[in-house]
Amino acid sequence: MTMQTIGRPTRAEAIVETPAQTLTGGRGLLQHEPLIFELGGWEKTGVDLPEPDLDASDLGDLVRTAPVGLPGLSEPETLRHYVRLSQQNHAIDLAIYPLGSCTMKHNPRLNEKLARLPGFADLHPLQPQSTVQGALGVMDALAHWLKTLTGMPAVALSPKAGAHGELCGLLAIRAAHEARGDARKRVLVPTSAHGTNPATAAFVGYAVEEIAQTACGRVDLTDLAAKLGGDVAAVMLTNPNTCGLFERDMIEIAAMTHAAGAYLYCDGANFNAIVGKVRPADLGVDAMHINLHKTFSTPHGGGGPGAGPVVLSEALAAYAPTPWVIHGLDGFTIVDHAPEGSASFGRLSAFHGQMGMYVRALAYMMSHGADGLAQVAEDAVLNANYVKARLGQVMTAPFAGYCMHEALFDDRWLDGTGVATLDFAKALIDEGFHPMTMYFPLVVHGAMLIEPTETEPKAEIDRFCDAVLALATAAKAGDAERFRGAPFHAPLRRLDETQAARKPKLRWRPGDASRVAAE
Amino acid sequence: MHFTKDHEWVEVADGVATIGVTAYAAEQLGDVVFVELPQVGKTVKVGDNLAVVESVKAASDVYAPVGGEVVAVNDQLTDTPEMVNAEPESGGWFAKLKLSDPGAVEALMDRDAYEAFLRTL
Amino acid sequence: MRYLPLTKDDRSAMLAVIGAPDIDALFTDVPQSARLSGPVDLPPHMGEIEVERALSALAAKNRSGAHGPFFCGAGAYRHHVPSSVDHLIQRSEFLTSYTPYQPEIAQGTLQALFEFQSQVAALTGMEVANASMYDGSTAAAEGVMMAHRITRRPKAILSGGLHPQYAEAIATLAHVAGVEVVRQPAAIDGEAEVLGALDGETSCVVVQTPNVFGTASDLTAIAEAAHAAGALLIVVVTEAVSFGLLKSPGEMGADIVAAEGQSIGNALNFGGPYVGLFATRERFIRQAPGRLCGETVDAEGRRGFVLTLSTREQHIRRDKATSNICTNSGLCALAFTIHMTMLGEAGLRQLAAINHAQARKLANAVAAIPGVEVLTPRFFNEIAVRLPLPAAEVLEALAALGIIAGVPVSRLAPDAGLDDVLLLAATELTTDADIAALTKELAGVLS
Repeated sequence: MTMQTIGRPTRAEAIVETPAQTLTGGRGLLQHEPLIFELGGWEKTGVDLPEPDLDASDLGDLVRTAPVGLPGLSEPETLRHYVRLSQQNHAIDLAIYPLGSCTMKHNPRLNEKLARLPGFADLHPLQPQSTVQGALGVMDALAHWLKTLTGMPAVALSPKAGAHGELCGLLAIRAAHEARGDARKRVLVPTSAHGTNPATAAFVGYAVEEIAQTACGRVDLTDLAAKLGGDVAAVMLTNPNTCGLFERDMIEIAAMTHAAGAYLYCDGANFNAIVGKVRPADLGVDAMHINLHKTFSTPHGGGGPGAGPVVLSEALAAYAPTPWVIHGLDGFTIVDHAPEGSASFGRLSAFHGQMGMYVRALAYMMSHGADGLAQVAEDAVLNANYVKARLGQVMTAPFAGYCMHEALFDDRWLDGTGVATLDFAKALIDEGFHPMTMYFPLVVHGAMLIEPTETEPKAEIDRFCDAVLALATAAKAGDAERFRGAPFHAPLRRLDETQAARKPKLRWRPGDASRVAAE
Repeated sequence: MHFTKDHEWVEVADGVATIGVTAYAAEQLGDVVFVELPQVGKTVKVGDNLAVVESVKAASDVYAPVGGEVVAVNDQLTDTPEMVNAEPESGGWFAKLKLSDPGAVEALMDRDAYEAFLRTL
Repeated sequence: MRYLPLTKDDRSAMLAVIGAPDIDALFTDVPQSARLSGPVDLPPHMGEIEVERALSALAAKNRSGAHGPFFCGAGAYRHHVPSSVDHLIQRSEFLTSYTPYQPEIAQGTLQALFEFQSQVAALTGMEVANASMYDGSTAAAEGVMMAHRITRRPKAILSGGLHPQYAEAIATLAHVAGVEVVRQPAAIDGEAEVLGALDGETSCVVVQTPNVFGTASDLTAIAEAAHAAGALLIVVVTEAVSFGLLKSPGEMGADIVAAEGQSIGNALNFGGPYVGLFATRERFIRQAPGRLCGETVDAEGRRGFVLTLSTREQHIRRDKATSNICTNSGLCALAFTIHMTMLGEAGLRQLAAINHAQARKLANAVAAIPGVEVLTPRFFNEIAVRLPLPAAEVLEALAALGIIAGVPVSRLAPDAGLDDVLLLAATELTTDADIAALTKELAGVLS
């Protein structure tokens, strides 16, 4: 035979163990990436622009003389910089993203494609209305879907995110009270509410009072009755609530609220659990925002943009903000300025709202249809209950019974292990998962809130549950070290938030030494 | 030194009360990252907001345990808020108040009473 | 249903684990009277082909900017965005990630935000910037609220050059916050008028440059007067490319800058999503709205970034938060940062110079048409012109000829008495041929 003596070892065990630290700080596919300010130069650019054909200018000393201080990168360097950064992020396309209350579901790429059609993306908000009839048609169609799904007679499309929607709803409520000369002072909010609810109520000039919760995780009607009164402007509830439970007494709560002359605002962040199954109008809701970036899957983009259209009851419809779209005999018209005598509370932002999100959300709705949207709610609830059933074998749930779209656990089951909720979550990162929502809602000690959404396959949910259960076993077996320092395998270890807050460093400044070499 | 159920301490000398948060409170807050102090010259009543103390994860109001006029604040806390953790009941004081009612402090707990109160929590 | 992975068998197996007889049992807490008995009255599900066909048909009913000469501005500008920008923001790890609350696995988003904040601070000439607002108008409204918190004074003065729809967005919030808004009458070059309204009750003056009529102004004297009166100067900028040519608001003494960042990295999108830039002085940072990203180190001493100073925000401070904002414009901010990185100092300055040059050509060309008067005395890339006919009518006539000839002031402010004034913007996408076509057809319509 001929002897091949040149070659490389092909069995893993033949390769020696690698040292723990690399020489450069790079780790396999992960590069430690400097800031653009440490990479670029003041002359570098990634664009080729023609020379300006400037005859003269009368700007005089309005012209900038000092440099801006911006680094530039060539195109290949730009691509590489941001692709390297991207690799340090978790994403829904990588694995389950079980953040409770956030509805991190699949983002269809069809919707991205459609939103980028020049007929939508390359439209100016103020170009002649005769040239944007298709765009107004999208707004009209989206409004129709939202009104039909909620059973509400009116919708304000322009709010730019959930909290902006809350603002819109409460501004309409305040305008309705003011129109009657009825200045009211208080807004009632459950302790379990999202922080945006009390923040919005305060922003709109109301004092916030908390409503107590019953032992089964729902609004305490006795406490509500005691706090309702002639100076209450609104009750703000989330339904299903942030404990993942349906407020069974919603219809009665609405009746009590209305009897006190107040309005019922519903935070629609959790609409995913009931879309196509329950219409908020049938629960007595007066106003509800819909996070298009949750229920209707417009991508969360690392923190936005979102969109938060608000559906309004007959009682509040007249107070909706400008602009709005009307459908006349010769097509659509957008009304930018409220006509004389209108009760509209005014304008929320400069233009018409998040058109790019409208297209995506409408494409998502049309893809599912009436049948598919009901299936969305059913599968979202099924997946959450499956998580609750599987993890409930080890973890403790503060509230018994079925949940809606998210499963809530507390930290009683960790008692005596020396592992806190935060440590447990960080250990999940080491196992390749994004943690669940932690320490929210505030009414549950060491809360862990898990929302799988309907777009998770059973196999992925099982993989997640297996990991959580394996960690739980480790925690109970006294392997606290695995948790306390976690994560060990993420791009970075735990970050010093105290230092960040004590000595805030919020921007790069000239003269900042690169600390990349410090590794 | 006197104490309140809101975990503040008061030490009176010559009609001026020095106010801070207790060692227990400092421990519960975690790493203090910022303290918002009142303006010198401001007059406060018992229970008014006197200061705000922030950790990474929470912001807590510090209420005036006694009434009076703010005559001094601990400017050191602006740059070194960690003093609240290091020396809560001495160098980490917040403000000095010229008491409107010098006798009011007697209504507060003494150290034994405060420590007994802590055991009930 | 292509987005729903569960099979019939999965569902049965999962129900068995749960111990529920059927799906309906899971909805047991929903009152029977509120449950729908069947599907809502909307069409059934559609495949990708059908959805694409339906929405493409709607898109085709619109006249996009690329279709012909196009001169709209007034707060939203049509610029070229390098192809790489859109490719990068569609990386799954940017597009499909959440707000970076777990910094160990979100450094990509966080470092990009830190770069964004650094760029915005440099562009505006301010000490610090936040991680973005919804858009320029909501940034301006939040700026007014912030000035009210800082000064504890009740009055905000809005210059007559402020975009009317920004003024409306400010007025909406101010009304419920108990802030009195003094709106000065529309003025093409009247920024100094705010000085006359300044008094000891004034929390802030809000001035835009270049203003809605395109006029650029030096605001140094206004800043000095405002500060002397104990008020803050809020500078609004709706065309971010102007930072590349004009003196920064920081250099002129601004206390808060609220700007629209759409021009960099973001398409027109019929009004949104856009990206609000918000910058201020370091000493005001604890009164600022929105998220902030800060530098720190990890347990091994490596540099990293986190969201910081969160005690200002709604999820911690609740009813005492500086703002109710939560979701902002993260991905639009990323697009801004990537585009700005590709431009760099040199590219931005050149881009700004081209915009200015094209606007000068535009101004010279239309000024030569009999009956047309250019009203803007000093402009960057946008001008206001007076026509001998109502601007909205002229605009419709030109639209019928394939030219989108700008924005009539009557669209923004029907009561301003400026129905004969048209706003025209030029950018690097405006060609000499576009200007020639506009000039020819405008002259024709007017004659």
